[in-house]
Amino acid sequence: MAVDTESGRAMNQTLVMAGTIAGVLAGVLVAASLLIWGERRLLAVWQDRSGPNRVGPLGLGQVAADVVKILTKEDWIPPFADKPIFVLAPMIIMTTTLLSFAVICFGPSAVVADLNVGLLFFLAMSAMGVYSVVLAGWASNSKYPLLGAMRAAGQMFGYEVFMGLSLMGVVMCAGSFNLREIVLAQRHLWFCVPQVLGLVIFLIAGFAETRRLPLDLPETENELVAGYHTEYSGMKFGMFYVGEYVGVVLVSSLITVLFFGGWLGPWLPGVVWFCIKTLVFVCFFVLCRATLMRPRYDQLMSFGWKVLLPLSLANLLVTAAVVLVRGGQ
Amino acid sequence: MIALVKALWTVFLHSFRKRATIEYPEKKAYLAPRWRGRIVLTRGPDGKERCVGCYLCSAVCPVSCIALQCAEDETGRRYPEFFRINFSRCIFCGYCEEACPTYAIQLTPDYEMSEYDRQNLVYEKEDLLISGQGKYPGYDFYRVAGVSIGGKGKGEGENEQPPIDVRGLAD
Repeated sequence: MAVDTESGRAMNQTLVMAGTIAGVLAGVLVAASLLIWGERRLLAVWQDRSGPNRVGPLGLGQVAADVVKILTKEDWIPPFADKPIFVLAPMIIMTTTLLSFAVICFGPSAVVADLNVGLLFFLAMSAMGVYSVVLAGWASNSKYPLLGAMRAAGQMFGYEVFMGLSLMGVVMCAGSFNLREIVLAQRHLWFCVPQVLGLVIFLIAGFAETRRLPLDLPETENELVAGYHTEYSGMKFGMFYVGEYVGVVLVSSLITVLFFGGWLGPWLPGVVWFCIKTLVFVCFFVLCRATLMRPRYDQLMSFGWKVLLPLSLANLLVTAAVVLVRGGQ
Repeated sequence: MIALVKALWTVFLHSFRKRATIEYPEKKAYLAPRWRGRIVLTRGPDGKERCVGCYLCSAVCPVSCIALQCAEDETGRRYPEFFRINFSRCIFCGYCEEACPTYAIQLTPDYEMSEYDRQNLVYEKEDLLISGQGKYPGYDFYRVAGVSIGGKGKGEGENEQPPIDVRGLAD
């Protein structure tokens, strides 16, 4: 009998786990596809327009319409492309960004993998994401994708360095790489106050990582056609497209977890607080797209290496000193 | 940095502005009376066609989309036997309206003339003719013109005097 209950408990745990995974996957993908509509609506709001409001209530059917459109489009692989890698590249970006969600804690217990090196796992996954872009540009075997991929490589490697460094301040304050413990360490004071510099640097690095508009140099329309995904069409392009939105949701939820207390908040359940905070940052991403212009590539690189990297190192140093002094007391 | 934040705030404030979009099929933009849209052929106050078939509109049309054939009725009044405008070519420049000596051809504030079939954009005279007088009510070309026409001899029009016998002046 004892064995039976034990196996039953294990079974239960597996079910809960599967439920969590399915919930996280579905939630993230729904949020990302809603962003197809949401971004266009928000951009319209900030440009005094209405945006897509015809298909279904509030234009929400636009998501379905776009999905149907992109799925029924011709999925063309250029004859000069390196076929296996060309097909593989968009899968990598989706996989890595979706895998990163495994370590994010949406609520006190709503987390897929409660890793003790959760933050490192995220950094590793976002570093893997660079492969997708570079391979896509390389496998396309055409000049604009290659140029875009080279830019992406330079930009993402460069910005990855201080993306990691900017987060180390948070790690020091919390004393853990585990995202759940980082959230719990913010019960008294959200890290956006002591780590404001880290927040700003992480935000900028987040733009570079997701290749969103102020820093979308790998895909600048006016000089590189569409950058690394110029040769992509149909659902393979759609994967890059949705992958970008998944990335936006990912960075927004990371900002929430690391700097704005994750699920912490009064009255409402934790998951709701998490979603509200994440939504605010997703909207902020769109607002930045609506406002900011893109820098030149040399400006981007010199800003990254000459300003943000020293700043993040200084932030790290000061935080370390403060933590040391506090710890010494 | 402060400039960036200011810019973000300015853009954010646009959420509360009035939308510039006019939601078309439900709401429509105001069109001025002189807006250059669908072309019509008008009638005079007596209900007869104003067009006298002078071909000026056809001649001035920069895309040659107007075709007509003039005819004359038993009273000597000229009228177009057929009058055809190919709206798939028309550029709505309004030159025909400017050229028309009798205010017959007029452009109207209407643009909703989409068709699924290209051929349906070729309008014949019965499609173009309207029953009203358009923008110039009360104007009748034959009443002010010095030509004689069935029922109206020379000198019987408005602001007209009977013709002078030129030979008589010489006496």
